[in-house]
Amino acid sequence: MGEITVHALRDVNLDLQQGEMTVLLGASGSGKSTLLNIIGGLDVASSGEVNYMGRNLSEFTERQLTDYRRFHVGFVFQFYNLISSLTARENVALVTELASDPMQPEEALAMVGLSDRVNHFPSQLSGGEQQRVAIARAIAKRPNILLCDEPTGALDAETGKLVLKVLDRVNTETRTTTAIITHNAAIGAMGDTVVRMSSGSIAEHHRNASRADVDSIEW
Amino acid sequence: MSPLNIKLRRELWSLRGQIVSIALVVAVGIMSIITMRGSYDSLVRAQQDYYRQSRFADVWVSLVRAPQTLMPVLESLPGVTAADSRVTFLATLDLDDSGIPAHGRFVSVPANGRPLLNDVLIERGRYLAAGASDEVIISSKFAEARGFDPGDTVRAIINGRSRELVIVGIGNSPEHIYAVPPGGLYPEDDRYGVFWASRDLLGPAYNMDGAFNEAVLSLSDDANPQAVITDVDRVLEQYGGLGAYPRADQPSNLILEAELDQNRVSGAVIPMIFLGVAVFLLYLVLGRLIATQRGEIAVLKAFGYRNREVGMHFLMFAVVAVLLGGALGTLGGVYLGDAYIGIYRQYFNLPGLEYRATGGLLLFAFLACTLGAFAGAIAAVLRAVSLPPAEAMRPEAPANFRPGIFERLGLGQLLGSAGRMILRNVERKPLQSFFSSLGIAMSVAILTIGFFMFDSINYMMDLQFRQVQREDISLTFREVVPDSIAFDLSALDGVSRVETYRTIAARLRAGNLEDEIAIQGFDGDGQLRRVLNADGERIPLPAHGLVISSLLADRLQVAVGDELLVEFLEGKRFKRSLPVAAVLDDFLGLSVIMEKTALWQISGESAVVNGAFLTVDSTARPALNQIFKQFPVVTGVSSPDTMLESFREQLADSMLVASAFLLAFAGVIAVGVVYNAARISLSERGRELASLRVMGFHRSEVATLLLGEQGILTLVAIPMGLIIGYGICYAMAIGLTTDIYRIPFVIDPQTIVISALFIIITAAASAWVVRRRLHRLSLVDVLKTRE
Repeated sequence: MGEITVHALRDVNLDLQQGEMTVLLGASGSGKSTLLNIIGGLDVASSGEVNYMGRNLSEFTERQLTDYRRFHVGFVFQFYNLISSLTARENVALVTELASDPMQPEEALAMVGLSDRVNHFPSQLSGGEQQRVAIARAIAKRPNILLCDEPTGALDAETGKLVLKVLDRVNTETRTTTAIITHNAAIGAMGDTVVRMSSGSIAEHHRNASRADVDSIEW
Repeated sequence: MSPLNIKLRRELWSLRGQIVSIALVVAVGIMSIITMRGSYDSLVRAQQDYYRQSRFADVWVSLVRAPQTLMPVLESLPGVTAADSRVTFLATLDLDDSGIPAHGRFVSVPANGRPLLNDVLIERGRYLAAGASDEVIISSKFAEARGFDPGDTVRAIINGRSRELVIVGIGNSPEHIYAVPPGGLYPEDDRYGVFWASRDLLGPAYNMDGAFNEAVLSLSDDANPQAVITDVDRVLEQYGGLGAYPRADQPSNLILEAELDQNRVSGAVIPMIFLGVAVFLLYLVLGRLIATQRGEIAVLKAFGYRNREVGMHFLMFAVVAVLLGGALGTLGGVYLGDAYIGIYRQYFNLPGLEYRATGGLLLFAFLACTLGAFAGAIAAVLRAVSLPPAEAMRPEAPANFRPGIFERLGLGQLLGSAGRMILRNVERKPLQSFFSSLGIAMSVAILTIGFFMFDSINYMMDLQFRQVQREDISLTFREVVPDSIAFDLSALDGVSRVETYRTIAARLRAGNLEDEIAIQGFDGDGQLRRVLNADGERIPLPAHGLVISSLLADRLQVAVGDELLVEFLEGKRFKRSLPVAAVLDDFLGLSVIMEKTALWQISGESAVVNGAFLTVDSTARPALNQIFKQFPVVTGVSSPDTMLESFREQLADSMLVASAFLLAFAGVIAVGVVYNAARISLSERGRELASLRVMGFHRSEVATLLLGEQGILTLVAIPMGLIIGYGICYAMAIGLTTDIYRIPFVIDPQTIVISALFIIITAAASAWVVRRRLHRLSLVDVLKTRE
């Protein structure tokens, strides 16, 4: 049996604008996660260029990619991925210890509305709270780009909205370039731009006239 | 193949590193039982066979001279089944070399027929021909060391006359399994041999025609040896009897028994350590494997697989590890046992000594290890199968953390996030952490115990040969000579200092306890032979009273100030009451020491001596050795330097072999614990670590988080292992005390450094292997998958 090359992405051409919120929509297998991995420096495109502030990520070494993630990218995962042995504050501090100009962990936690939960361990927090700690952790180092992979995927609608509101607020207040990946089309309304992926290509790319209020989104 | 077996096969392959490391620990456990217990059994069997075959005596007695006609009296004593008499002497051998003279212990055998007791076993050549008075049989170790074969001739100075003797046979006797030259402490095969010759040769040569100077007796099973000894001493008193002693005190038997004791003790202790570690590892690894497969267990049970089937499936991991370890351990144990017995052969002349592991022993070792290992496995498996399917379907509850004792003490501030993560992981599973540390500590302990044996021997030898025995040459005289011989010796070219000594056989009595021993009389202000206690401090010889070894003080239950009844067994055989002036905390032998002139006074002797210590110019030694060979009165010449050197040479070989095995054994344990714990940690925390990598942590930082825990456990384990090792060494030093020596509790700092360094290096190497797996962590997966 010969090897078959599968193209996860093909002919993708996308600009993320400074300070804007972009929502990447697509069904499972559409290539949106692969795109996020490449933007986040977790994966390297087999061909093509990924330019970040004038430098081509495709040419980065493993070490340079790590530094890129360390100093420039904030990640929010679908399943939060908090360190279970550290409290909320310590989870945030874990990242701020590495950064050059971080927020205080307390400041980041206040921003996500968790000032009263700073000394709780992940096992003592609800799913929504855990995800907000994860957001605080991602923004505390003041990243240039915040990547959120299905941030509401593991949450009920009510809690999911709460998390989206936090992301909306962070984007507005810190002007951090934000990309949210989701299969939930309704969420597209809250972004400055919406990119719809299908079979590894961009099927649709449009700007919203204005960002919808999270409360008005229903799913 | 059933799907369950295919699953088993694939998972075994992916866990091969862990399975092999557990198998090795099991193997080492089985190996240590088979090697140590097997060699103990082999030694005991060889000893018993040999003693029976050669009719090993039960009681020995030396005397000055008694007529042969006394023998029926000894034979008729109650409890005696047989008695044999003989003439024995130490003679200088006239060999063509200028080194330290060699000596032969000449033992007479009947002119016709074989000895009734302590028969000679011929290895090569033949027994003495009747009437051939120039024939000898020599001991095989000496023959081997000197390259003698039957048919060769050897010259010996017998009673001042050089005689040429024909070697007709090479043989052994149970009295000389461990053959130590006079004044020596261990075999020196090239300098000392046993010569069996016809009574027709030795009797006339030593003015013992129709007489004897040694008797040996065998007793009936129900005889009371102590009563027989008392009777023998009474009969021989007027013939210069030097005190009868039982088999237990026969020098060669005493050493062999002490060695067997030691072998039995360590053979019980060491395998226990390995078994304990194997149980723990199987519990740890299987427990973790099962925890990661909760969902699959639930599915299997939901499909209708029975608890027994699911349990067996997981138990098979243990079965594979244990069977693999069992096979390796059995093969290795038999091989190592053979090598181990080889070391014994160097020191002990036991014909028919070969390593043989009985089927029973192999079965016992295998069962002990497999049952032990399965105990650990079954505990883990039982936990898995008892889970109801619905509960097993849910993921395990998230790990609960809270600040541990360290942080509640306010010390957490000192740590960064990484330090806190490591610490909380250690504190979250205190029992598992403790056992991991204990496992590593055991390998530190094994090294400490192993090296301690050598440290203590070296310390003992150094104290004896460098501090106590400061002479260049030590002479023993065949009979007592006037002290004025010191002037003759001083006059020899190259001799710069002479100190003479007197040794008298005596019986010491305290209440109803008694011991026969040689009282040594040294110069009170002597420089060449000093009386030192265990710390190397000089004990001054009192003008009156005895300095006795602590071992002897214990045996006689006396302390400083108590009176001892001393009955001299030579000369006028005076009986005197003497105080114990000092107790000597020494290691070797049972010494009783007095000031020389005080000894002459209380024994009623004139100023006579039976040995001398000399300081000589090294260039004059070859010439002096030649001169001493011609001195009829000199029967023994020895030198502490040569003794120490040849001892070290012999020890170095055994030490190399033993060290290699100790390091390998300790390494197997350390690798087993550290590698498995790190692998488990990686599988438990892989997602967490990958998340950190996504967030921009470098590999080295993530590795620190993963392996820091093992590092802490290893660092805790080192002092713990040293404490355990010290404790066991101390217990062994006490437990291995015999009548003739005490093991000094001395651990060289080098032992501590080597043990600690070796464990750190082994742990680091195991961690490094696991660290490489970090490279394969998939960063992309953690974004999507849930634990």
